[in-house]
Formats: sequence, structure tokens, C-alpha cells
Amino acid sequence: METFITNLLNGLQYSSYLVIVSVGLTIIFGVMKILNVAHGSFYAWGAYTSAFFIGKFSDMGWPDAFGFVIIFASAIAVGLVLGFIIERGLLRFMYGRDEVVIILATFGLFLVLEDVILLVFGVDPYFAYQPMAYLESVEVGGITRDVYGLSLILVSTLVAAGCWYGLNRTKWGNILKAVIFDREMSVSMGINVPMVYTVTFIGGTALGALGGAYIAPTVSVAPGLGGEVIVLSFAVVVIGGMGSIPGALIGSILIGLLRAISVHEFPQIELFVIFAVMAVVLVFRPEGLFAPAKVRKI
Amino acid sequence: MTDSSPILKVEGLEKTFGAVVAASNINIDVQPGEIIGIIGANGAGKTTFVNMVTGYLTPSAGSIQFEGREMIGLPPRKVTQAGISRSFQVSQVFSTMTVEENILTALAIASNTGLGALRQMMRPELVSKCNDVLERYQIAQHRDHTAGTLSQGVRKLLDIAMAVISKPRILLLDEPTSGISVEEKFDLMDIVMTPLREDNVTVLFIEHDMEIVERYVSRVIAFYQGEIICDESPTEALADPKVQEYVIGTSHPHAKKGA
Amino acid sequence: MFFDRTSSIVVIALFACAVAGYFIPDWIMNQLMFGFARALAVLGLLVLWRTGLISFGHAFYFGLGAYTVALLDINLGVSDVFLRLVGAVLVSGVIGWIVGFVLRNYRDIFFAMLSLALSMVLYGIIVKTEALGSTDGFSISAPTFFGFAPDGKYPLFVFICVVCAICAVAVQMYLNSTLGWMTTAIRDNEVRVEYLGLSVANAVHVKYVLSAVLAGAAGCLMAMALGQVDPDSMVNWTASGELVFITILSGPGSVIAPFIGSVVFELLRTYAFEWAPHAWQLIVGGTLLTIILFLPGGVWSVIEKVVGKKS
Repeated sequence: METFITNLLNGLQYSSYLVIVSVGLTIIFGVMKILNVAHGSFYAWGAYTSAFFIGKFSDMGWPDAFGFVIIFASAIAVGLVLGFIIERGLLRFMYGRDEVVIILATFGLFLVLEDVILLVFGVDPYFAYQPMAYLESVEVGGITRDVYGLSLILVSTLVAAGCWYGLNRTKWGNILKAVIFDREMSVSMGINVPMVYTVTFIGGTALGALGGAYIAPTVSVAPGLGGEVIVLSFAVVVIGGMGSIPGALIGSILIGLLRAISVHEFPQIELFVIFAVMAVVLVFRPEGLFAPAKVRKI
Repeated sequence: MTDSSPILKVEGLEKTFGAVVAASNINIDVQPGEIIGIIGANGAGKTTFVNMVTGYLTPSAGSIQFEGREMIGLPPRKVTQAGISRSFQVSQVFSTMTVEENILTALAIASNTGLGALRQMMRPELVSKCNDVLERYQIAQHRDHTAGTLSQGVRKLLDIAMAVISKPRILLLDEPTSGISVEEKFDLMDIVMTPLREDNVTVLFIEHDMEIVERYVSRVIAFYQGEIICDESPTEALADPKVQEYVIGTSHPHAKKGA
Repeated sequence: MFFDRTSSIVVIALFACAVAGYFIPDWIMNQLMFGFARALAVLGLLVLWRTGLISFGHAFYFGLGAYTVALLDINLGVSDVFLRLVGAVLVSGVIGWIVGFVLRNYRDIFFAMLSLALSMVLYGIIVKTEALGSTDGFSISAPTFFGFAPDGKYPLFVFICVVCAICAVAVQMYLNSTLGWMTTAIRDNEVRVEYLGLSVANAVHVKYVLSAVLAGAAGCLMAMALGQVDPDSMVNWTASGELVFITILSGPGSVIAPFIGSVVFELLRTYAFEWAPHAWQLIVGGTLLTIILFLPGGVWSVIEKVVGKKS
């Protein structure tokens, strides 16, 4: 029983962080048709920014709880700055190129951003334990868990619910859906598509950064952070269906639980099982488990 | 007309997409050398019929026998290899290649047998055959033009020229004159039909223009809502009240719209 | 005609390199050796690219080739270069053939993603399996040639040059053949190709196996050139990304391009690493972006322009 709860909570926590990152990735793909490798770097940027400022403010004597403000502020700041610069300064010139070529461009961007992180923040790891210490720990079914980890589940639920609400219940959501469905038509309907792209990319970037910012207090923030998360979120997005928010959610939970169980029970198949699932989904349902309806071309 | 055995025998052909019936109870016997016009309003099932005969769509029921052999279940390439070829409503050409390269590609595939695929592409005998084709279809002056930049008429000719290279015994033309100006239509049909008649190729073509139908075909098959409503000689068919109401009434003689 | 000008240039240039290898300093020879070995995998990606397919997991076959060499060496003590090469080619070829039945029906982003998934499955297996060397990989004993165990790396360099020349000429012949030509046609209009009577799936399958074999051979040569194999630089997705990067850098224009592109990449990486150890990825990534934005034909298009102006 305890093992079960441990696995479940570990899995859900892991799923939660995947949800935040993957929803950003899948929204960007859905709207802009860009499978963004640099999303891993946004994650790393979020982690570094929040870890850096949590440390700084803590040194200045600010209360530990202020860390939570920093986490969200970092995510928004990274989204606004990096997202805006990259969309307007680089991706704008790539629209209309082959999807796969754009992936490569974002791979180039990923390499660049990885090193810019090192140049800005240095090679030494950062530890930003303050928010985690602030929330202390709690007993769940006989197991001691830190509340911070559990709060991640809450945050990701809010993110997913927020995205769903935004897409399905607001005017903005309708505009987005129109652009996803038919870009040309949206232009002729008077939708400012370039603007939609910019805002979408900033939003997606901020989500990627939020994943990193929120996870920062639980890990040592060190180089190479973005490389692992990006292939994992690729797996999530492919399994769920590229461009689908519910898909990203289900994909994350599936991968999260699989990983937690395999780490605990069969550590030797941890990585293998995730990508094997991805491959199997691609073979039998290439459009993903929850692909948005496609317009038939013939 | 019915004394020799049919080259194409279609029986009880049916196609449904979910609840939508795109074709039902289609029965056609085609004799070798016949030239048949298929008419009908947009959405009447003409292209669905061509797509089923050429292996693009699998029928829900029925049979298609070509020279006594069942065609259903064969992929398009096997249908082509068997001797049924087609052109397309929206011309399918290699738009990044030149006209010459398009023809060469078709020739290479037609002359391709097993390990022959490893032979060099640009062989002298292919190039000389290519010249013949370019002359016959009067597109030699466009030889070096990229296919994507061609005018509609030339592109149609190229599409049909490529379809004929495999030496089919039956050729299906899907609206060969759609999008072509009235003046050019007859020229195009003359260029296309002359070699086909010489080689005694059986032709079925979808056409909206009744003038073209009257001039070139020996038999008319009219489709309405997925069914054949008329299968007669052109004069009788065009006088048929059902055809008058459901086909000619709905499709303007010079209609250019694709489905 | 079949053995055309490009083939002659490849053979002469690689022969010249093989001879020059005797006189040039070791570090230059090493750079060339790594460059040429990797170029074979890039050649495989170029073959795929001609049909518009980009594999984000070609390190799968590169890794298979490399690990075949390592496992043959460790378990069976095979050190002969020919046996190692044959082993790597067989393994990557057979697995490529099997996988090809699925991948031949995939295009665009789905092709890229399924390739990625497969390579990560292999990576996941290797990293977690002690018998496969886990994260550390293996060292490989020095290669022998029909029982001779010569000193130094020069004989291996000559061997790599010869293998590269044979592969490049074979690929050039393939591209000039009817089947090779069809790869461009398939990229252009699959429906037309199918209706002309050619199996698109088969044509893509042949091409896929060819590219798998080339990457397998590349992995084999690289393993011997480095004297070791490890999962992170040979199987991980970043290794696949590197191969695609060199393909873009080289340009799809010619079978000569991958050789130039790989050597340029090798030098770029070495010098970037030397001058700016914390910014070499930045330099490499920046180069990739610059090429995609301003030089879609890769390095080859520059060479073509320069040579074209002369003649």
C-alpha cells in the first residue's frame, strides 16, 4: 500500500511538471506548427532565473514565501523576453519553410540558448531550497511527503484548467481555434495572425519556463537541464497527439506514472519504456491518442 | 456491339462513406475500343467511380473485372501495371521538374522491370522516346519549362501524356477539359484522342461539356446521386428527359468548377 | 557515363587524402578520420533528404554500428576491420530492413518523431544495461588487418578513405539510377509516382535500408577511430541532431558535400571548443541557424558557385 501511494504520488508529481512543460509545447505546435526543440531551453531558463533570484532575495533577508512570487515572475519574464525576441527576431523569418527544417532551426536555437545560460549564470549549480523549506512536509497515508511537491500537482491542475478554460470559454480561445483550424481563412476574417503567433509563443514559452521555475527548488539547477526534458515532452506531446491540450494532459500522466513505477520497480527500463510507448503509439496511431480533427485534403 | 467479351465488366459496384452513399448498383460492360463519356452533376459519383476502378478507393461491394481479372483490392500501381491508367481532374505532374523530366520519369517507370531500376536514369533510348512523346502531344516547345509554371492546358496535356506512357488498354480521363478555354478545348481533345484511337485504346472520360461529349464519344453514361440513370448512344442520351433534368439542367455546358 | 565526373572527383580526392595522411601531422589526420567516418552517416541522411525525409534518430544506426564493433570485440575478440565492418553493416542493414516496413509509410514530422523514438529506445536500453557498458561505454582494441596489427592509426585512416570512396561512388550510382531518380519524383508527387506504376513504399524502403547501412558503417568506423563507444555521443538524440546538423551544413547538392561538411564541422567544433569552451554550442548552433536562414544549399552551394564561376 505504501509503495503504491509512493509510486502514485511520485508519478503524479512527475506528471505535473511534464504537464506544464508539454502544454506549452503543444499549444505552440497547434497554433504555429512548430515543434520547438528550444522549449527545453525555456525550461532551463525558467529554472535558472528563479533559482538565481530566490537565492538573491533570500540573501537580502526577504521571507522564504516570497520565493513563490519569484517563481511566477520568472516564468512570465522569461516568456515575455525570450518568447518575444525569438518569435519576432527569428521564427518570423521561418514561417512557410518545411516543418522539419523549422525543427532544425529550433535545435540550433536550443544549442545557442544552452550556452547563453552558461555565459549568464556560470557553470556552478544553484540551490534554491527556500520555498520548499517554507512549505515543510506532511504525512500522507503513512508516508512523509514535502508539501512543495504536492503543490506542484495543484499548480499543474490550475494550468491545465486555465488553458482549457481560455481555449473553450473565451473570445481569445475562439480566435486561437480559428487560427489552428485554418490560418488562411483566419487572415481573411480579419484576425491579426502575426499577433496571435507572438502572443501564443510568449504564452507557450512562459509555460515552459514555469515548469523549470517551479521545479528549481527541488533540484540542483545545473547545466544540461533542458536536454532531458525536451525529449520527454516530445514523447508526451506525440503520445497525446501533437497540438492537443487534453492529449498533453493524458500523455503526461501516462509517462509520469510509467516512469515513477519503473524507477521504483524496474529501474533498468526507465527510459526505454517511455520511448517504447512513444514508438508504439506512432506505429498504431500516428496522429496520437487525442489528435485534433484534421481537415481532409482530397 | 455486344458480341465480343467486355474488356471491363463492372457489377453491383457500391461505395458508402459512413451514411453517405457515393455510388450504388453500378453495372457497366465496356467493349474494347469504346469511347465513353461519363456525365453528371458535381457530386453525382463520377470521380468516385473512376477512383474505384483505379484502386484509389476500395468499393464497399461489387466487382470490377478487367480482361476477366478482378481489380478490387489492387493498389493503384498494380492497376496501372495491369493496363488501366488515368488522368486527374487536378493535374498530377511533378511540379518541380521540367516537362522533359516529367516524361522521362514516366518512361523510366514504364520500362522498369525488377533490377532494371538500377540502370542509369538518363539513357539515350529513353531520351529519344521522350522526344516522340513531346512531339505527339505538341508540348515540345515547353520541354525545358518547369511543370509548376505551365498553363492549365499544357499541364493537362502533360498529365495525360504521362498516363498514356504505360500503354494502357483502358484510359480514364477525369475532366480533361476543365479549366480550359472554349477555343482550346477541341484542340486539346484532338491531340489527346488521335493517338488513342490509333492504338484502339478504350477511353472513359468524365466531361461537363456536352459539345465535347457529342463530338467524341460513342456512348454516354449519366450519373445521378451515385447511380446510373442512363447508358445510351450520345444522341439518345442527350435527348433523355432524365438526363435533361438531372444532368444538363444542373451542369452548365461550359461549367468549369471542379467538385 | 555511369561512373561520372562526381564519382571520379570523390575517388581522386579520397585517394589524395589517403596518400597525404602519411605526411600530415597526426592531429590533422585524426580530424579527417572523424570527419570522414561521420560523413558516411551524413551521406545516408542525404539519401533520405532527397525524398524530403529527415530522420531525427539516425544515431540509432550509427550506434548500432558502433556497438556491434564493441560487442564483437569484447565478446568474441574480433579485431579484424573487415569482419567488424561486415558485422556492423549486417546488423544495421537487417534492423533497418525490418524497421523500414513501418517507417516507409511515414513522412514529415511523423517520420522524424518515430525515428527519434526508436533511437531513444536503443539509448534507454544501452544506458541501463551493464552488459552493454551502461553510461560509460567500452574501449575497443586496436583494429587488425587480416591478422596484421600495425602501429599507429595510418592504416585505419587509409581503410576509412577506401570505404568512404566505395560508399560515395555507390550512392552516386544509386542517385543516377532510375530508382534513385524516383526519390526526387516521390518528394514531388507521390500520387503520380504510384499511378505511373511504381511502388512508392518499396522505393522509400530501399532508400531507408541504404541510409541505415551507411550510418551503421559510419558508426563502425567512428568506433575504431575513437577507440571507444559511448551512448551519449553516439546514440542519444543530440548525436542524431548533430548528424542532421552536418547534413544541413553540407547541403543536399552532391555526394561530395557530406565529406566537406563533416570535416568543416569537426574543425568548427574543435576550434570552437578550444577558443570558447563555454560557448562552443553557441557557435555551432549559431552556424546552424545562419545556414538555415541564409544558405539553404549548405556549404556545397558556395563551392558550386565558386567553381561555377571559374569554368
